[in-house]
Amino acid sequence: MSDHETTDTDAGDEAEPTGEPTFEAAEYADGTVTYPPHTVSPNGAERVGTVDLGDHAARVVTWTTSTATPPGVREPNTLAIVEFEMGDDYDGPPVRALGQVASRGDAVDGDDSGDADEPGDVDVDIGDRVEPVYADDLREPGAGIREPESQDWDGFRFRPVE
Amino acid sequence: MERVAIVGASMTRFGQRDAWVRELLAEAGAAALDDAGIDGDDLDHLYVSNMASGEFEGQTGVPNALAHDLAATPAYTARIDQTSSSGGAGLYAAWQSVASGASDLTMLVGGEKMTHRTTAEATDVIASLTHPVEYKHGVTLPSFAGLTARLYLDEYDAPRESLGKVAVKNHRNGVDNPHAQFQKEVDLDTVLDSPVVADPLRLYDFCPITDGSAALVFCPESVAEEYVPEDQYAVISGIGGATDTHVVHERADPTTMGGVADSSDIAYEMAGIGPDDVDVAELHDMFTILEFLQSEDLGFFEKGEGWKAVEAGVTDRDGDLPINTSGGLKSKGHPLGASGVAQVYEIYQQVTGNAGPRQVEADTGLACNVGGFGNCVTTTVLEGSQ
Repeated sequence: MSDHETTDTDAGDEAEPTGEPTFEAAEYADGTVTYPPHTVSPNGAERVGTVDLGDHAARVVTWTTSTATPPGVREPNTLAIVEFEMGDDYDGPPVRALGQVASRGDAVDGDDSGDADEPGDVDVDIGDRVEPVYADDLREPGAGIREPESQDWDGFRFRPVE
Repeated sequence: MERVAIVGASMTRFGQRDAWVRELLAEAGAAALDDAGIDGDDLDHLYVSNMASGEFEGQTGVPNALAHDLAATPAYTARIDQTSSSGGAGLYAAWQSVASGASDLTMLVGGEKMTHRTTAEATDVIASLTHPVEYKHGVTLPSFAGLTARLYLDEYDAPRESLGKVAVKNHRNGVDNPHAQFQKEVDLDTVLDSPVVADPLRLYDFCPITDGSAALVFCPESVAEEYVPEDQYAVISGIGGATDTHVVHERADPTTMGGVADSSDIAYEMAGIGPDDVDVAELHDMFTILEFLQSEDLGFFEKGEGWKAVEAGVTDRDGDLPINTSGGLKSKGHPLGASGVAQVYEIYQQVTGNAGPRQVEADTGLACNVGGFGNCVTTTVLEGSQ
């Protein structure tokens, strides 16, 4: 499932494509939201729509900097698990994602300057607030074992905002 | 349902080997047949635990190759792939085959050939088990460990040194294991000063890349004494398998391995025991942090207390609950498909009194084999026949 969808950002609605990259999570009939989308919710409820997590800030749950990275991956590669701020109306389980941490100087959403080879000056800690930042290529397609056409390679990094 | 006994076992030297996977499997398989005093054509079923022989060396069809090499045809064969818990999953299949009555004599051989690949290549083969939304960010199994270790240390106020002490303990145990990849002690300073791999974890927090194979022979307990003396077999008194989420970040508590808890609940119930009844355990210490998580999720220690047990020496070979007397994956090595089989090999040696200088007082032992980062787990309880 690509992050780079062009669906509407309101859960449950059919959407007209906007052309902007979206950070697509799934919403289910039981109110649960998951990233990535699954066929059914953890409780077995059917999917009813999508949510664009690109609109949501998040907090860092934990992070690491990997210095032994696979082929086609930036080195070092700082990664974080983040938990999204879903608002007071959301009472489902936490909505989290794992992704690369962007340097504070990385491009803003929608800019194509994300570069798999430039890890930048990454500075992050548990509890930090982050925002999603779009990148065209998170790693080099075809450099690793996975078939390049089998999945998408664009997506969202997390840039500290405080 | 038949109670299932283990009546033969073997493992090759783990480490960097010239042999390829088919040869490694045959080496361990032939030795296990010899240990049980049987021939290949005595086998009804032959299982091979292997994660990625096709990806690593372009060799598929290994069960049939092994059956031919060991003159075990026309035995039924199957390859069991459950990533790094392929060994545990193979154990489950082998146990089922005998417990169900489908086979009177089954052999399981686990093996992997990895060291001809670079670390980056091998890491990528293993990381291919991850979900696409994780894989595209360059996540590796070591990076999952770094993420989890940081959270664990933060949540439970554990000192970084406690992780290093797992490595020190398991290397100390590996000195007395002639099959181990590393038969040398390391001190805490060496661990803490080694290069960072996935911050806060360093090189000595990780198992090596390894070639090797291990094998076990199974039969109904009712006929075990046809193969070995009455005090030289072990019984699988409990076994359980379980899964957790494929996507690691979707777990409610990233420091809890639900598959470990669920699989051990099943194994304990089948065996009619609890965690306090376990005398010795082999845990899947692919990374030092995993020994903390598993020792807690198996119920040996309260949540967040596993590090204190290591600090207090409880899990040392002469402690109240020795963990990884073999040296664990950390020192013994981790040839993916072989590891779960080799864990049970060690417990088998312990409960039959054949562990030599590694021997501890043990009637009941447990092995916990983990695939992915807790994605798939098999927990096995073995009891000695005496």
